[in-house]
Amino acid sequence: MLRRIAIVGASLAGLRAAETLRARGFDGELTIIGDEPHRPYDRPPLSKQVLQGTLAPEQALFHRKDGYDALALDMRLGVRATSVDLRVRRVTLADGTWADYDRLIIATGARARTLPGIAPRAGLFVLRGLDDAIALRRELMNAPRVAIVGAGFIGLEVAASCRARGLHVTVIEALPVPLSPILAPTLCGMVAAMHRDHGVDLRTGVTVTDVLGEARVAGVALSDGSRISADVVVVGIGVTPNTEWLEPTGLTLDNGIVCDGAGQAAPGVYAAGDVARVANRWHGDSPRIEHWTNAVEQGVHAAENALAGPGASTSFSSVPYFWSDQYDRRIQFIGLARRHDEMVIVDGSLADRRLTALFRRGDRVVACLAVNQPRALIKYRKLVAACASWEAALSGTAAS
Amino acid sequence: MKVVVDLNQCDLHGLCVEAAPEVFEIGDDGALHVLNETPEQGLRAKVDKAVRECPTGAISIEE
Repeated sequence: MLRRIAIVGASLAGLRAAETLRARGFDGELTIIGDEPHRPYDRPPLSKQVLQGTLAPEQALFHRKDGYDALALDMRLGVRATSVDLRVRRVTLADGTWADYDRLIIATGARARTLPGIAPRAGLFVLRGLDDAIALRRELMNAPRVAIVGAGFIGLEVAASCRARGLHVTVIEALPVPLSPILAPTLCGMVAAMHRDHGVDLRTGVTVTDVLGEARVAGVALSDGSRISADVVVVGIGVTPNTEWLEPTGLTLDNGIVCDGAGQAAPGVYAAGDVARVANRWHGDSPRIEHWTNAVEQGVHAAENALAGPGASTSFSSVPYFWSDQYDRRIQFIGLARRHDEMVIVDGSLADRRLTALFRRGDRVVACLAVNQPRALIKYRKLVAACASWEAALSGTAAS
Repeated sequence: MKVVVDLNQCDLHGLCVEAAPEVFEIGDDGALHVLNETPEQGLRAKVDKAVRECPTGAISIEE
């Protein structure tokens, strides 16, 4: 008989877990702990509508039609969980209070990496949380020149948002093209061209060696000897999972919390979202995935299995999906392009920046990318999920 | 159950079409269509999935 469930992490995965527990009839004590003072909010708009000024920051808070009362949560916000005792089943918080549990769901997410050896100062930002977005948006009102370190999705979305505000934007990327760990080279080239056409000064194959300015940023120095003047510097070079507080527990921590297919890290302990490495049947591995949809799926999955118990748990199987909005283009991606053997554009063209591309590994289709073609993604999603034969994917015949 | 989509919120991610193809479709016009506004209870789990996976929160269920 479960009486108490604690969720550590009050973002998307934690919220969906809480909602699922209640929807499945759990009527015991449900505690949700978040280190930020805010109610759960949605991150995708932060780098886009919130920075562009078309969405007020508070509108990024998740709107629950029934409000939070219906969930009957013991919501502890603005206080960090500092440790967990797996034996007595107790989470201790930074303010000295605690929450006892019969089942624990850990969804503490990840934090933005910063430039190593660079001290914080005014005008130097990362963009991860709502407070980051609020502060950055305020600064952009008086910052005509922005330098962005890292041409990943966050960096590129911030670049597009800053261009929408009419700011002068420089993006610095260590690799030869943007997004290269994720996409095929020709597609990365298309993204680079898109940003340059929108007026971004994109510098690739160079690294930032120093941030200039003492009390406040004045620019960045690059490995090719050049200097870029900037009023604001935004660093988007990836994230680190928030697992340090779990180090004394004996849970397996290796770039995230390592879990079995049930999402379980130890008896009665589950993990979900950006912090978790859940064994994924479709994937054949235990990847750590930082996508929105993954947080939803794993939050729901952890909650269901926490209620079902080990004897009745289901194993996780999901095809990774993400999207990115930049300018008037939506990039959608499903599957896994890593180590693909071939990429073929099956509809549209690079020149139009409107296309559908399929990725082959061996004789199977393993991923699909669509730029401004949402219907194509729906069609190929089924084929990717089924790891259909490449032949079938190219003909589109197994799509029904 | 009655399925309601706020088309001003809909951003055409298509996750609902994957979750519940019996209920949602993106048509030739490129817009989202609700094929069945009052699906039978047997489709409840699928529609619930569509609701919670919608990135813009555009879908709701009225009992």
